[in-house]
Amino acid sequence: MTDTAWIDGALTSARPQAVGALLRYFRNLDTAEEAFQNACLRALKSWPQNGPPRDPAAWLIMVGRNVAIDDIRRSRKQQPLPEEDAISDLDDAEEQLADRLDGSHYRDDILRLLFICCHPDLPATQQIALALRIVSGLTVKQIARAFLVSEAAMEQRITRAKAKVADASVPFEAPGAAERSERLAAVAAMIYLIFNEGYSAGGDTAEIRQPLCEEAIRLARLLLRLFQSEPEIMGLTALLLLQHARALARFDSDGAVVLLDDQDRSRWNQSLIAEGLALIDKAMRHRRSGPYQLQAAIAALHARAETPEATDWTQIELLYGGLEIMQPSPVVTLNRAVAVSKVRGPQAALDLIEPLAPRLSNYFHFFGVRGAFLMQLGRNEEARAAFDRAIALANTSAEAAHIRMHLDRLQRDSQPRGAKAGK
Amino acid sequence: MLYAILCYHDEDTVGSWTREQDAAVMTKLSVVQDKLAKQGRLGPVARLLPTTAATTLRKDDPPLVLDGPFAETKEQLLGFYVVDCQNLDEALDIARDLGAANPGGAYEIRPVGHFTPGSVRS
Repeated sequence: MTDTAWIDGALTSARPQAVGALLRYFRNLDTAEEAFQNACLRALKSWPQNGPPRDPAAWLIMVGRNVAIDDIRRSRKQQPLPEEDAISDLDDAEEQLADRLDGSHYRDDILRLLFICCHPDLPATQQIALALRIVSGLTVKQIARAFLVSEAAMEQRITRAKAKVADASVPFEAPGAAERSERLAAVAAMIYLIFNEGYSAGGDTAEIRQPLCEEAIRLARLLLRLFQSEPEIMGLTALLLLQHARALARFDSDGAVVLLDDQDRSRWNQSLIAEGLALIDKAMRHRRSGPYQLQAAIAALHARAETPEATDWTQIELLYGGLEIMQPSPVVTLNRAVAVSKVRGPQAALDLIEPLAPRLSNYFHFFGVRGAFLMQLGRNEEARAAFDRAIALANTSAEAAHIRMHLDRLQRDSQPRGAKAGK
Repeated sequence: MLYAILCYHDEDTVGSWTREQDAAVMTKLSVVQDKLAKQGRLGPVARLLPTTAATTLRKDDPPLVLDGPFAETKEQLLGFYVVDCQNLDEALDIARDLGAANPGGAYEIRPVGHFTPGSVRS
């Protein structure tokens, strides 16, 4: 039992490297995937008997390649099969291969594999599905479950995405420095999307979608091991770790959203926080700031605060200000406004977001935040109107439930004194 | 005689464990540790954060800071320190001081995820 568990783990962790290298040999995704599958089948037979190879990825690449070449030869009926079983004794071959495939090759193989999934013609959800299938090796069933769609629908989505990718020409020679950094940025964005897909789930589906967050963290760590000196990849990994550290505290037992201020901070995962903080520390030494680092630094300030009151909102406002300059967007300004309300009060915050109204007229969070500022200012009628609009725009039942809670409070507060319950 | 037991494993494999699998392994390990602790034979125990969080200081002149874990194979692990610091910069300062006292080789600086100070009755 434990043997197979070990093999499963080894196959999963070797997958990006092995499929990436096989893709470079065969220049065809289906052939590469099939070769990897065949190699895995042989591993399941051979490893329990002969013990694990020193370098599982190199073994899988070697075997996958040999089997695929045999298949191609057989189907062409050009040459007879080689006399000796080409994969019976791999020790020397494995060593040679491991020598030849130095770190930089592996690096570009995996990056290419991830990059292929970021094809600009693919909508975000297809990019994610493709990456989870090809790079992470999740089954279609697992992916369908995480996306809350039927297996057949997901199968179709992945097949379509693959067809589109197959038509696209991705250069197979080692990328230059500029191209490599472009690929890296695209891949980082996709990993962030995978994480968000899991993170934005409501309380009713959070547990089902959590694997998406965990997979995104695994891919971010993988990328960081390949590109050890990229502060933005450190920032991305830190951001995901710090956000995910709060997973257990984000929903109550009924699946309702628990806001940051109300979360039970003892349920935050301290070891993920420690890792995230360590990575930000490392990234800062490079003095090359970027959007992921800034967002991670904001998440870190929340993570460091032992109570909501201890949060360094002044610093958070500054960081959002930096993010606004780097990546101007009304959503970032909206987030800065929340910090402003804590530092300078609700009126200053409201003044900041009023100009955003035309651009965020269909954005749930805009009306939720606006309603909260108005409520703090005692402008209850306007607050109610904002909350009503927010409910109409809510994406999940948990979001709607949260706004309803505000409305209930307004309702209570506006009742005559005698009728007030409790406080 | 005190012995240090250094833990090596494939990081990818350990990293792909689910939370439940990880917790199960830790529970099994704690059984062994508890027995030793009761006998007063267990010194400090540390679980290091992943190598992605590592920084290496090459003790050249001047010392060179590199991202990532120590990757050479011609040098061997000869000892280690556990120091309490506010941040990576403080840890690097200490490593530089140590390096000035004993140049050559490298220090790998790894944040510690889990730490039990332990105590040895000898």
